[in-house]
Amino acid sequence: MSLLETRSLTARYGDFQALFGVDIRLEPGETVAIIGANGAGKTTLMRAITGVLRSAPDSILYRGAPIGDLPADAVMKRGIAMVPEGRRLFPSLSVEENLLIGAQHKGGRDFGDALDDLLTETGRDLRRAFFGPHGLPPRRPGLALGDRLRAAALGPHGLPRHDAGPQHTGAGYWSLETVYDLFPILRERRHSPGTALSGGQQQMVAIGRALISNPDVLLCDEISLGLAPVVIRDIYAALPRIKASGASVIVVEQDIGQALAVADRVYCMMEGRVTLTGKPSEIGRADIHAAYFGAAA
Amino acid sequence: MIWVDTILQGVLLGGLYALFAAGLSLVFGIMRLVNLAHGDLIVFGAYLILVIVSALGLHPVVGALLAAPLMFCLGWVLQKAVLNRTLGDDILPPLLVTFGLSIAIQNGLLEGFSADSQRLSMGALETASVAVGPVSLGVLPLLTFGSAVAVIVALNQVMYRTAIGRAFRATSDDPVTASLMGIRPDRVFATATALAMLVVTVAALYLGTRANFDPAIGPARLIYAFEAVIIGGLGSLWGTLAGGIVIGVAQTVGAAINPEWQILAGHVAFLVVLLLRPRGLFPRGQ
Repeated sequence: MSLLETRSLTARYGDFQALFGVDIRLEPGETVAIIGANGAGKTTLMRAITGVLRSAPDSILYRGAPIGDLPADAVMKRGIAMVPEGRRLFPSLSVEENLLIGAQHKGGRDFGDALDDLLTETGRDLRRAFFGPHGLPPRRPGLALGDRLRAAALGPHGLPRHDAGPQHTGAGYWSLETVYDLFPILRERRHSPGTALSGGQQQMVAIGRALISNPDVLLCDEISLGLAPVVIRDIYAALPRIKASGASVIVVEQDIGQALAVADRVYCMMEGRVTLTGKPSEIGRADIHAAYFGAAA
Repeated sequence: MIWVDTILQGVLLGGLYALFAAGLSLVFGIMRLVNLAHGDLIVFGAYLILVIVSALGLHPVVGALLAAPLMFCLGWVLQKAVLNRTLGDDILPPLLVTFGLSIAIQNGLLEGFSADSQRLSMGALETASVAVGPVSLGVLPLLTFGSAVAVIVALNQVMYRTAIGRAFRATSDDPVTASLMGIRPDRVFATATALAMLVVTVAALYLGTRANFDPAIGPARLIYAFEAVIIGGLGSLWGTLAGGIVIGVAQTVGAAINPEWQILAGHVAFLVVLLLRPRGLFPRGQ
């Protein structure tokens, strides 16, 4: 079983279809690169995997379980974190707060979960009281309101929730301190606004923010975009340590050389389709050129 | 000396307006939602306290403490069931829905309580005063102002010292990226509205104890709240307190010159600030 797999994945923006039956897979411990020109569908693929774009449940499997229809927050809690294109740091948060925000919702239930469940269940009971037992099909027939309140309060050891699934515990190597060890400059700038940093430092924050949830899968979307070569080198130098922490990585890159250097396997995309797959050592420049531009080399 | 007294009374009145505005400021700051029913929700809160106080024979402060969790849940449900569905790029749906909600609340209260004025009695506190030098200050206005400061301090602590505050700010900045961090924007918004309704309960307590109220006075409270938020700077909680004080002082000074000018002076002060500083006195991010 692959760690992450897409099966005939399609995605749309309204009437515009952006992905056409994309099949990729990521094995545990692997680094996969997805390359392609602008508009090839790489970022759309990342958005679909992370739940920003919803798709058919079975079109994305994580540890064999369908996640295609889950919202982004639920996907993240299962252990898939993303470094989004353009960093997307939160301007009103400091560097340290940007990092911490990646850790605070990494698993478990909080007061909001309990209250949400409580009120949702109460609302459902009231609807049933007004519209009768056939107005809405009971989700848990035979349960009294008291049991539902208890379920809401007891958390994961109470009654199962409708979205119950393998929840990522978030326990692991990455913490504020280990992220600061990986990118020491962030420790010095911890109280600065995140957006006051240089592009490279912002990218470090974005990577740290994703890592601190201790993901099993880290998706990196165009992390070299707009950065100087020396900064890109520093960022990619962190990759071995990230992999050593147990994360499998998908790197979306336009920089083919960089992608081939770090990847165990490469997918090339064009116009929403995978046009080439293989190990970097097995793929020639002519193959990539053809897959990139759709023309024979 | 009369002017010192006038200004001090205005500052204390500003505390009441800041209480009216704090919940509005919180909700606007986090989700850019303009809640036209905010004033009516304050009036609704006052009636809820009245019902609790009348039914159980309690002091209004205790009634407010009992009303607070109910208002919290009401805010959560309102946001989850109604307002979250209106949020998006178009600002018109939330305006229309909250305008409709305002009318529904007013008519519901009218049906349930009639148009008669009501009041929450604080007993001897209503007439108690303390001498500060040559000036005599009412205990209730002082309590109101102290509560306003406490509410603003508490909201700032929540916003800048807690995990939910981080989630509020992150979701306000970028809800899509926040969801990638495991945050559910709909739940964050519901929590924010629920929190705002706690503030509304405090405002309702002082609305009901400092003056008569009836089902129709919500829109006027909304205007004061709006003006305080805009004078202070959109999304700034301390600015909201400053905005309330500006309106309060303008009203008392206007009333001291001519009692007919009281309300007008507050609105004129708002227009002057808007003219000189269109983004308010303390806009967020500056």
